[in-house]
Amino acid sequence: MTIKPEMTASDIASAVAGGRMSAIDPTEAALARIKRHDTTLNSFTDVTAERARARALAIDADIAAGKKVGPLAGVPFAVKSLFDVAGLSTRAGSKINRDLAPAKRDATLIERMEAAGAVLVGALNMGEYAYDFTGENVHDGPSRNPHDTTRMTGGSSGGSGSAVGGALVPLALGSDTNGSIRVPASFCGIFGLKPTYGRLSRARSFPFVASLDHLGPFARSVTDLALAYDVMQGPDADDGACTTRGVEPAAPLLGESIAGLRVAIAGGHFQKNVFPEAVEAVSRVAKALGATRVIDVPEASRARAAAYVITTTEGASLHLDRLRRRPNDFDPAVRDRLIAGAMVPAPLVDRAQKFRRWYRAQLAEIFRSVDVLLAPATPCTAPKLGQVNFNLDGVELPVRANIGIHTQPISFIGLPVVAVPVPLEPLPIGVQIIAAPWREDVALRVAYALEQMGVASAPSPKGI
Amino acid sequence: MAEPLDDYIDAVSKALALPVEEAWRPAVRANLEVSLRLARLVDEFALPDETEPAPVFTA
Repeated sequence: MTIKPEMTASDIASAVAGGRMSAIDPTEAALARIKRHDTTLNSFTDVTAERARARALAIDADIAAGKKVGPLAGVPFAVKSLFDVAGLSTRAGSKINRDLAPAKRDATLIERMEAAGAVLVGALNMGEYAYDFTGENVHDGPSRNPHDTTRMTGGSSGGSGSAVGGALVPLALGSDTNGSIRVPASFCGIFGLKPTYGRLSRARSFPFVASLDHLGPFARSVTDLALAYDVMQGPDADDGACTTRGVEPAAPLLGESIAGLRVAIAGGHFQKNVFPEAVEAVSRVAKALGATRVIDVPEASRARAAAYVITTTEGASLHLDRLRRRPNDFDPAVRDRLIAGAMVPAPLVDRAQKFRRWYRAQLAEIFRSVDVLLAPATPCTAPKLGQVNFNLDGVELPVRANIGIHTQPISFIGLPVVAVPVPLEPLPIGVQIIAAPWREDVALRVAYALEQMGVASAPSPKGI
Repeated sequence: MAEPLDDYIDAVSKALALPVEEAWRPAVRANLEVSLRLARLVDEFALPDETEPAPVFTA
């Protein structure tokens, strides 16, 4: 059976489970594609070929023995380099962490993916210590956008965006503290899920901002996104913030009608500082869903400010000792942000955490009258690598500081979001489908409907 | 010429035993200015005394 580069995870799993394809075949196809294209995309930092082949052959042996295999049987996937992979140092995009002892055990989410039959093929490039929106990395070089390799992938899960956007693997995992799944999903033209805070275990992943860190999947189709999400759910005592809720499968619900859902467009902050392509993308999605109501999310700009303050101070606290001992081994831009973060007076951080509770209550009130909010995932399509400023309505704005302005006020209070790719020309851009806490199923159903309507889709990579 | 935040940066650098080399100072200062500007935006927002912080957020 021929394996097309863009074959979905669900099609691979179905073919493998049905005996029409060996599990080793998609693994070899992914490894060959990585070898061919990753010299350009620079999305992988480690390729675990030996491990992947052994795993795939074990699945084939299970099938030959008549054993039941999981819903991701034979599906290659890769993880951001902040996930523990047994035998590798968890570099988290840094130089410093390369000196850590190799991890003894995989991250919980890798274990759950492999228990479902998926095959880990490697670890992915990322912004240093996840404090990044660009996908650039001074130690490993930038991950590159699969639609135009002179452009950013977005970050910090840049390798995840590049590897799935470039169809090297059908699934990848990343992390999102302020937008690090949704931003690369937008720039690389793929689907990304940032679940509710606490939904998926972060055990054995390198942290950044404990009270804001989420993990989640990237895929080229909503079905694949939901399949990966479903197999990763469930409580985990190894992550203190992980929910005790049971598994709430979303994949079986994807085809349910969205006719009764109340969809609104996020106004105010979410309609400011946006380029025409972001306006166009939200408009297409809103039109397809019949959404005309605009809801002003109160104090979203202040929420973004509070998320910034909590991020820079908690991040500084995490890295304080490394900043003392090895300041010259950091990316200088990350180091200088973290040192400044260590100097923010404590009462201001406490105020930011208190404001967070107030803001959460405002959004809870909004979600009494709507089921879904729509907002841009990024204010623009992928900027050029190294680009410092962009010009919006005659005003020069710094790129790095503005890429995440529409994602930060949402992750700040842990709401679940599916970033859906709108395939504009010449470059795709994402729209956030935002749901109430624990209603990933609703966001995924809406994303699926948009995919069925042809409004959202992952374009074929044009840059490789 | 010394910038307004320089004395503060020196004092906190000593208090935390956190080195700030001269070459890094302009970038540290620029980042601190951004952090304080955004923190002020939060600080200006009046909240009831009873408001609880949300250090670990449960949605």
